[in-house]
Amino acid sequence: MFEQLVFYAFAAGLLFAATMVITVRNPVHAVLFLVVAFFASAGLWMLLEAEFLAIALVLVYVGAVMVLFLFVVMMLDINVAALREGFSTYVPAAGIVAFLMLAAIGLVVGHQHFGLGAVPQPPAAAADYQNTAQIGRVLYTQYVLPFEVAAVLLLVAIISAIALTLRTTRQTKAPRPERQVQASRADRVRLVKMVAVKPEPDRIENP
Amino acid sequence: MLALADFLVVGAILFCVSVAGIFVNRKNIILLLMCIELMLLAVNLNFIAFSHFNRDIAGQVFVFFILTVAAAESAIGLAILVVLFRNRRSINVEDISTMHG
Repeated sequence: MFEQLVFYAFAAGLLFAATMVITVRNPVHAVLFLVVAFFASAGLWMLLEAEFLAIALVLVYVGAVMVLFLFVVMMLDINVAALREGFSTYVPAAGIVAFLMLAAIGLVVGHQHFGLGAVPQPPAAAADYQNTAQIGRVLYTQYVLPFEVAAVLLLVAIISAIALTLRTTRQTKAPRPERQVQASRADRVRLVKMVAVKPEPDRIENP
Repeated sequence: MLALADFLVVGAILFCVSVAGIFVNRKNIILLLMCIELMLLAVNLNFIAFSHFNRDIAGQVFVFFILTVAAAESAIGLAILVVLFRNRRSINVEDISTMHG
């Protein structure tokens, strides 16, 4: 019973925050409601015994990604009124599409297919079960290659974000590889043909 | 007792709300990025629910990778947004019609 109360509280919070994200006028408030949505979602994941991911969601998403969003929203001087025009004209279309999608998904994921009768509650985990250790064990053995690829992906994201927003001209003295590789032999080396000059023996003066 | 269907329905409603958000906020790129984050959150909720009810840790590993990709995506998206705003002084989608696509 307590579990259900927690579930309904977090689910209601999540859906309320998501609705506010898409309807609120000020983008800063939208970001803050998105933070609420992530917190509520982390609560639901905790209920599903995914502790590691719940905490990673709070630390990485709320702590890093949402702060990045907040930085950008506050840094840009956005004309909200121009972006809001036409908001109410799209509400009926959005409602119809969302309702149709929800009805279609609801036909599949309802209680008749995924209720407790079809998918029973899993057996309780052992007392010494550790979610983090379990994830780590498969992440570093079975999924080690995807893990490395994800690391490279993050590196690419860092480099591309810096490269996109860097705008200063180069001010330090550093080699420029793009010009180095374009240099040809003709730019650097000039062969000069000249007659060998030999000093006359009698002009060498011995002291 | 909570059934798998409860979590799946919450995920489905969250997904539909974010689809509606893309419709109503179709001029504001920041809101569009946030709606994509909400969609990914709904999908992650499904993954974790199935992982819990099937006692299979692979679903949680997959969520881990989705979080990684989503973080990279939002970082690059925001960088593009900053460059766009610097050049155009606007983030309205309708102003970005240079290529007439």
